[in-house]
Order: sequence, then structure tokens, then C-alpha cells
Amino acid sequence: MITLLGLFVVVIGFTLRANPLLVVVAGGLTTGVAAGFSFNEVVAMIGQFFTDNRALVLPIILMVPIVGVLERHGLQERVALLIRRATAATAGRVLWIYQLLRGVTSMFGLSIGNHAAMVRPLIVPMAEGAALVRPGTPSPQSREEIRAHAAAAENVGNFFSDDIVVAVGALLLIKAFFDSAGIVVALSDLKLWSLPTALWVVLVGWWRYRRLDARLKKAAAAAKERAP
Amino acid sequence: MTLLTLDLFLLGCGGVLAAVGALVARDATHPQRWGSAIFWLLLAVAVGLGKWLPPIVVGYAVLGLTSLVATKRVGAPQFARGDSVVLTKRAEVLGNRLLWPVLWVPVVAIVGGAVLDSVKFGDVSLVNPKQVAQIALGLGCIVGLATALRTTGEGPLAAAREGGRLLQLLSWSLILPAMLAALGGIMGKAGVGSVIAGLVATALPVQFPLVAVVAYCGGMVLFTVLLGNAFAAFPVMTLGVGLPFIVQAHGGDPAVMGALGMLSGYCGTLVTPMAANFNIVPARLLELKDQYAVIKAQAPFAAAIWVFNVGLMYGCVY
Repeated sequence: MITLLGLFVVVIGFTLRANPLLVVVAGGLTTGVAAGFSFNEVVAMIGQFFTDNRALVLPIILMVPIVGVLERHGLQERVALLIRRATAATAGRVLWIYQLLRGVTSMFGLSIGNHAAMVRPLIVPMAEGAALVRPGTPSPQSREEIRAHAAAAENVGNFFSDDIVVAVGALLLIKAFFDSAGIVVALSDLKLWSLPTALWVVLVGWWRYRRLDARLKKAAAAAKERAP
Repeated sequence: MTLLTLDLFLLGCGGVLAAVGALVARDATHPQRWGSAIFWLLLAVAVGLGKWLPPIVVGYAVLGLTSLVATKRVGAPQFARGDSVVLTKRAEVLGNRLLWPVLWVPVVAIVGGAVLDSVKFGDVSLVNPKQVAQIALGLGCIVGLATALRTTGEGPLAAAREGGRLLQLLSWSLILPAMLAALGGIMGKAGVGSVIAGLVATALPVQFPLVAVVAYCGGMVLFTVLLGNAFAAFPVMTLGVGLPFIVQAHGGDPAVMGALGMLSGYCGTLVTPMAANFNIVPARLLELKDQYAVIKAQAPFAAAIWVFNVGLMYGCVY
């Protein structure tokens, strides 16, 4: 049971809303020391795992200079203008289409983007631009809600249609796990049984983004009444 | 031998981080000038040179970063939001040419990912096939940056300044994903997974087929929430609950179980702050006030998808 001490540190840390980086490092140190490693051994483990996984920062660090420079020259304003010309666009429809697009590409094991490469520079300005055509400017609160849903569209589109046509990630991992456990599983069966959830997620998205549009419309109408 | 390696691109990332640190150190108006400068320079060393340093040195560098953050010595100045009238004027000058650099990145990444690993000069290959996706993305970013600078007529210094503006907004959340991977690795070495799987198996009446399915899918969520990664939860829960109770005791189909089990884990990913690169980093990148706003928007998705997965698994696995 003492092995679980680090897990408790993590849960308590997040409950107290301590800084997540501090929580995670404290959890790692506790787990390692509780399992009987010396402090320096645990620090070396942290260093090794950090080094092995530091490539996770690459897409963000190399992308932000591009986005930053273009934003100074009006990238977000330009995208918003383009979307305002498309009169059928609403924030919800923009996000649903992005989720679909993201899902279809991820079926082929491709990634067209992530939060830094697509959501901040293109999708958020599109959705906010679309919300702007409807009555009134989106309030800071509506803006926050649109942005949170834009991040959600990226994640949901990315996760639930992984590998269905061309397997490059999750399904290969499942197959490798069953292989090493000595259980025969066909990759084509794994693909087949991933499909129903992928279709369901499209429907769930349609419902969520419709709700978002309805809430934005209500907020805009309320704002109009307050300021005639 | 390979010409382009990921370490080379990470060295470049270290260069960008060092430039950010230098710009912060020279900025006398920065509210947390020295703490922030040391943070970015230490991070530049850990990211850029990590592979060539002994792990314990990198480990202490990470502890140093963490203590700077924990004592609130790292921060970002108030960046003036660009005047939207001025920006709209500027946007008119360049028009749609502003979009191309952003679109070049995925184009190069996808095409490069498909062809780069077959480029060979005799014994020397251009890239390591295992790294081809990340290297193609890195090349895409370089093409994108070159086009962005050409289109806007800015210099590399502007790229460092504007990139630094966004990186300072991200601050500590930038390294959280790598640190979560470290936490997961340490927990794996300490044997946390098997302890939890044993607890689930003794606490629940898994002899009932439905209970076994709910325990497995629920365990995937719980474990993904705690560890922040469905890939880490999958082997633990499948060995501890899925294989013994669904496949062996009740004769379930492992393909149905495996596919839907992993998809249930993703529902956990949608609602946990531990999946920082999906939930916390974007909240900061999009400048949301509530750092849990993305999780709140995703919670209804997660619930609807999880229930569907459990129903489908129970209906089809046996």
C-alpha cells in the first residue's frame, strides 16, 4: 500500500489546486522514495524520463514563433473577416466541421494540427468571427466558452477516430500488448470495433455544438436588452 | 547513420528557449526578470542538451525549474493586446497571404512523413524511420517560419520576441507533459499499477459479466484520470481486470474488449488535469481565465461516449 503514497500526494495536490508542476514532481519523488529508491536515484530517473520525453515540447516551441509573428500582422482578424463573409457559419458549425475534419484525418493516422498549430491561429478566430455576425459582439464569457469548446473539438476529433483506416498508434499498441500476452487478435477486428464509437462521437458533437450556439444566442439577446 | 535526428531539432528548440531567456534578462521592465530569465535558460539547457548530460544533472535542473515556479518567481509581463483597428488595417495589407505559413506546416508534415524515410544516400539515410513524423513536423515548422518572415518582412529577432510572448503565457505548463510521462514511468517502476488492479478485483463482484465490463471500463477511466494517459492505464487494467474476468472467466472477445477499453480510457483523458498537453496547456494557450474550462466543456462529451462504450461492450463482447 505504501507504493500508493505518491498517488495520494497527486490527488491531494490537485484537490488543493496547488501548482500542477509542483504536484507532479512531488508525486514522482514520493512514489520513488516510498518504493525504496534513494533520493538521488529518483532525481536521476526524473532526468532520464524528462530527456526521453522532451520531444513533446517540439511542436509547440517551433510553432509559436510563426503564430506570434503572423498575429502581429493581423492573422486572427483576417481569419475572422473571411468567416464573417460566410453567412451560414455559426461558432458551433465551425467547431463541428473542424471536429469532423480532425476525425477523418486521424482515421488515416495523420495529424493536421494541434492546439498551437490550428486551434489558436485558425479555429478560434473562425468560431469567434462567426459568433460576431450574430447579434452583438461576444461577451468575454461567451468568448471563453467558444475557446474552451474549440479546444474540445480538437481533442475529441483527435482521440476517437484513431487508426481506423491506417493504424499508426493506439491500435498497434493494443495489438502489441495482446501479442505479448499470447492472445491472438486481428488488427482488422480492432479497427472494426473502433468504428461505432467514432460515428457516435460525431453525433455527440452535433448535439454539444448546437447547445453552444443556443447559449451564445441567448447571451447575445440578453446583452442587447441590457444595452438598447 | 542518419543525417537529420530529433536531437538536432531539440537543439534548435533549446536555441529558441535560450533566446527567450536572453530577451527576458535584458528587459528591465519585466516584473519577475531574474527568476524568469533563469527559468528559460535552465529549460534551454535541459531541452537542448538533455541527451548529452548525465540524467541526474537534468533531474536537478528540473527540480530547480519546479522550485522557481513553486516560489512564484516565474511570470510574464502584461503584454499589450494589439489594437484591433490597427491589426485589421494590417490584415488588409497582406490578406490571405497571412494564412499560407500556417497551412504549409501540416502540408510539409504530412508529405514529409510519407516520403522522408525512403530517402537514402548509399548507407546514409536522411531520417530515422521511427522519428520521421516528428522530424517532418519540425521541417514543416521551419518552412512555415521562413514563409511567415518573408511574407511579413520581419527578422528572426521578431520571431524570438513574438514566440517568447506566447511561450511566457505557457510558462510551466510547457514542461508538464514531459513531467507527467516521468511520473508515469516512476509509478511503473514502483509497481503502482498491479496494486490498484488487485484492489479492483477484490473489491467488486466481477463474477457477474456486466460488473466485469463496468469495472474494466470504469477502471480505465479512473486510472487514466490518475495517470493522465490511457496508454499507461491500458496494460494495467487489461492484465488486472480485462483478461482474467472478461476474457478468461466469461469467454469475452479480446478484440471488442481491447478496442472499446482503450476508447473508454480516452473519456478519462478528456476530464483529467493530468492530461496536461490536451487540457491544461490549451487553456493557457487560448488565454482562458479558468484553467479547467476545457475539461468542463469536455465532461458531457466524456459521459455520453463512456456510456455508449459500456453498452456496446456489454452487448457485443460476450
